[in-house]
Amino acid sequence: MTLANQFSPLHELRNKAPVFLTALFSMTLFASVCNLWVPEDSAFHVSTYTITLLGKYLCYALLALSVDVVWGYCGILSLGHGAFFALGGYTMGMYLMRQVGDRGVYGNPLLPDFMVFLNWQDLPWFWQGFDQFWFAFFATLLVPGLLAFVFGWLAFRSRVAGVYLSIMTQALTYALMLAFFRNEMGFGGNNGLTDFKDILGFNLQSDRVRVALFLCSALMLAAAYCASVLIMSSRYGRVIMGIRDAEARVRFIGFKTETYKVSLFVYSAVLAAIAGALYVPQVGIINPGEFSPLNSIEVVVWVAVGGRGTLYGGIVGAILVNYAKTRFTAIFPDQWLFVLGALFVFVTVFLPQGLVGVFKDQKHWLFRRKSVEDVGE
Amino acid sequence: MNRLQAVRQRLRRGPAPPLGAGSDQEMVDISHQVLLYVEGLSVSFDGFKALNELNLYINDGELRCLIGANGAGKTTLMDVITGKTRPDSGQVYFGQTIDLLGKTEAQIAQLGVGRKFQKPTVFEQQTVFANLELAMRVEKNILATLVARLSSENLDSISEVLDIIGLKSQHDALAGALSHGQKQWLEIGMLLIADPRLMLVDEPVAGMTAQETERTAELLTSLAGKRTVVVVEHDMEFVRSIAKTVTVLHQGSVLAEGSMSDIQSDPAVIEVYLGEDP
Amino acid sequence: MVSAGEVTHGEVRELSQRLPSAKLRTLPPIVEQLEQCGEAALPLLQAMLKGDLWVRRSDKLIVIAERGKGAEFTLVDAVSGVQLPSVTKKKIKKIVINNRLRVQLRDMIARVTLASEDPVIRESAVRNMLNKMSADNVALLAKARLTENDRQVLAVIDLSLAVYALNHSTDRSLRLNALDVIDGSLEPVVANALSAVLAADSSGVDLEKDADVRLKAQQAFSKIQRRIDFYELLEQIFYGLSLGSVLLLIATGLAITFGVMGVINMAHGELIMIGAYCAYMVQLLMPNSIEYSILLAIPCAFVVSGSVGILIQRCVIRHLHGRPLETLLATFGISLILQQAVRSIFSPLNRQVISPSWLSGSLEINPIFSLTYNRLYILVFALIVFSVLQLVLKRTSLGLHVRAVSQNRGMAKAIGIRTERVDALTFGLGSGIAGIAGVALSQLTNVGPNLGQAYIIDSFMVVVFGGVGNLWGTLVGGFSLGIANKFLEPTTGAVLANIIVLVGIILFIQKRPSGLFPQKGRAAE
Repeated sequence: MTLANQFSPLHELRNKAPVFLTALFSMTLFASVCNLWVPEDSAFHVSTYTITLLGKYLCYALLALSVDVVWGYCGILSLGHGAFFALGGYTMGMYLMRQVGDRGVYGNPLLPDFMVFLNWQDLPWFWQGFDQFWFAFFATLLVPGLLAFVFGWLAFRSRVAGVYLSIMTQALTYALMLAFFRNEMGFGGNNGLTDFKDILGFNLQSDRVRVALFLCSALMLAAAYCASVLIMSSRYGRVIMGIRDAEARVRFIGFKTETYKVSLFVYSAVLAAIAGALYVPQVGIINPGEFSPLNSIEVVVWVAVGGRGTLYGGIVGAILVNYAKTRFTAIFPDQWLFVLGALFVFVTVFLPQGLVGVFKDQKHWLFRRKSVEDVGE
Repeated sequence: MNRLQAVRQRLRRGPAPPLGAGSDQEMVDISHQVLLYVEGLSVSFDGFKALNELNLYINDGELRCLIGANGAGKTTLMDVITGKTRPDSGQVYFGQTIDLLGKTEAQIAQLGVGRKFQKPTVFEQQTVFANLELAMRVEKNILATLVARLSSENLDSISEVLDIIGLKSQHDALAGALSHGQKQWLEIGMLLIADPRLMLVDEPVAGMTAQETERTAELLTSLAGKRTVVVVEHDMEFVRSIAKTVTVLHQGSVLAEGSMSDIQSDPAVIEVYLGEDP
Repeated sequence: MVSAGEVTHGEVRELSQRLPSAKLRTLPPIVEQLEQCGEAALPLLQAMLKGDLWVRRSDKLIVIAERGKGAEFTLVDAVSGVQLPSVTKKKIKKIVINNRLRVQLRDMIARVTLASEDPVIRESAVRNMLNKMSADNVALLAKARLTENDRQVLAVIDLSLAVYALNHSTDRSLRLNALDVIDGSLEPVVANALSAVLAADSSGVDLEKDADVRLKAQQAFSKIQRRIDFYELLEQIFYGLSLGSVLLLIATGLAITFGVMGVINMAHGELIMIGAYCAYMVQLLMPNSIEYSILLAIPCAFVVSGSVGILIQRCVIRHLHGRPLETLLATFGISLILQQAVRSIFSPLNRQVISPSWLSGSLEINPIFSLTYNRLYILVFALIVFSVLQLVLKRTSLGLHVRAVSQNRGMAKAIGIRTERVDALTFGLGSGIAGIAGVALSQLTNVGPNLGQAYIIDSFMVVVFGGVGNLWGTLVGGFSLGIANKFLEPTTGAVLANIIVLVGIILFIQKRPSGLFPQKGRAAE
């Protein structure tokens, strides 16, 4: 029956996923093949630098997806998602740091270089266990998830919403940035964590590992996209959208909106953290600058440019803006902020639905015609 | 009129929820025939007393109209009953045993108190169908909504309500695209499908045509008996057409209570309410 | 008849002319003779001690030279104090002294100043000695005490002698007496002397054998300690109020644009920065009157920042009415553009705005407690700005319109208020105040493109903490956050204090989502 189909998440997934997955995997597989098996002098060869760059874009796309989930679907404008991204990055960075072992500058088998430099004698308790990949993996999910849970629970329970919440999230990431800049915190202070050697025993510098990480990013992005499509087209997703448009109404129908918002916020934070964890081994460094409020707010612009509330819009926006950034900063390094600033203003004033909004309008009109006919039968 | 017949049919199924919802609603103790007790209720905003020692008793199955000038406290009373506003003092009991004051909006709604707002609030970005689907009496926790599928019973009841509110042909339209009157109907439909024990209906006919108003009146009267309905309305003609008992609020307290003709002849009411608008 | 002053000046001149030709060995006798001339020779002796005494090659005139602009030295006649034309280093020659002479000069200057006619000079001379009492100084002071008739100077002399007696005398009654004299004094040297008396050796045995002396010293010490604690508390409160006044200045503008208009202006920090650059520009334009440029900078910054604000409102914010989250993003974009524009125009380097002399220095209340003038003035200034703003909002027709529009836009429009114009003016007012805050900040920190960013989150916190739409809340919020920060700082350090305050506010907002002074009523729903 058509009505039931329309409200079936799987049906929605069958509708939406194939195009996206085909586009994503044809690009990533093509790039990987061209990197590994096409000779370097060929015109089709893709350099490892490009692979890393593309991998970075995919991580940003995942981060943008996580922001779109809360902002586009639930109206929670988080200006602090960079914090979850960075926390995920730090947990992965800690694992990579421990992997360095005695190959650091000071050759200490247990302590990372910066701790030796600070004259620390013992490994702090919160660094224990990070020599195991599985431990770091769970920490990547748990630490940002827990932070999002505590913050979200406090904020949503007392009904902090709208711009207040945005400012609070910004203060959160700002406070974390200040904290991580301190050497005493035990995360390398200003310099952060860097000089990684290998991951799971494989050399991080090798082409194959780079390609593997790149493909991992693509897989995670695909998984997160499909999961988000399923979630958002379930009744849960409709409750979330109801909260965005008329939260009081949702409450009077009998849904505990706080728990819905907290759960979505945690889901989104975990996605951001996974993006961060994949990002760090590819770029090779994580430092407190990742917590800066500017980073978080830039993510929001990616989503705004692509078009929020569509899932793929945020992904498209992240890739487009970052590609533009890469090209532009290469030509006019100082002028990028002008462009970014103008992008903020232009999109919010002239393109409130983003780029995909322009196409969506026509598409939606088609869909409507079709479903009215369905009812007619 | 076959829409009304549909409603009656729906109600004839009795209070047992057809949609397999929680059992909270059945535990309401109405052994004294009173469904809602409001006693000594006071609410003040910045020194302004919106409600002042208000007492109100609503019997089970009653259709009660609340009237009063602007600022008499009608909406504030609904806010307190549904958990939106915390009162300074007083008690609100649902049946003999359930204290509503300590509960959240969601808990109160799940107990079977439905509300229609003064200004129609529907989910404008979602279809009419989805609006009704969300309002259904179903499990409302996160896991249940994540895996929820529409059963054929669900579809039937949605389609029934669509018939009643006359939006069948627009079931796939975004609620935001509806006219004001249609939004009112949709919200009433959301109330119907939630199948609550107590319905609080705030200005249901504002923005409706005369014909729609008439239909609303028929609908509300047909609901009474099985459901308890409290209607706040300014339209005196409408109130006269549906009300058996009318309560007049004035400056946060009950000024008079009784049948429409009693009220209209009450000198106090004539002075403060009808006197202004002869 | 020739006056005594001229006679000594003549003598000084004559003696000084012998300095250039003297060898290091033959300098002391000349200097001793100079001492006999008393105060007239004082500037010369002091300059000599500092190594600022030079001789002009052209006419062998003894001058006090100080390095001025570039390679130029500014010259002053060492005897008459008359300003002379500046010269390059080549035209003058330094009069070299050695360490022995330095010691001699120091004593000499002390003696001369002690004999000065001016009690203020005498007092500062004694205070100088107080910190480095020696047997020589004691003799000098004891002698000076006999002829001293100014009570304040006498008190300082007694204090100095008592401190010396306490630590060096063997006479018990003299020491007990000394303890009476120093009782309650806040001079750091007194506290040092007392702790020396109370000190124990490494095995924990008291160095001071006399129990009475020890007891009395103990009492005096704890009394001093209590007073020091008290003044340290006052100092912390003052620093807190000072930080609070900065936050207040910044947040006042925000309280208008955010609190009254409901517009989140993320470019507020950049409007502050523009104000600070205005102060810098005004100073560049009038290099000869630094003293007053800051006063001129205040209206300039108000107008410039205010105009930029109005421009932002007219071009962007107006089109985003009723979409607060989009406004937030768009204004953030504007803040990026403004930052980068300033970086392109003025370079990313920090610029320094010179403080006029009336803003530097400090108001000394006692030896351990002083209030710096720039902080004091900014505190007063913040309160003035705040009160003026309150007056504008409460007493003028613009204020009435602003309040009307903020409470019910539709109704305000219906009764004929030009809401568009009121919006622009309100935004301009808030932005102008941001500019003024920038001028004040330029007196505390360097002026750079990131100036605004440093304070913006804190000041949002102030507005949210105080309660949106309530200027008094902003006042209380600003000062309480300032004080909280400064009270945490000694135990946690500045960064951690900042973090704790931020987290504290996040928690506070959970408890009271509408801040300290919420707007109540149904309108707030």
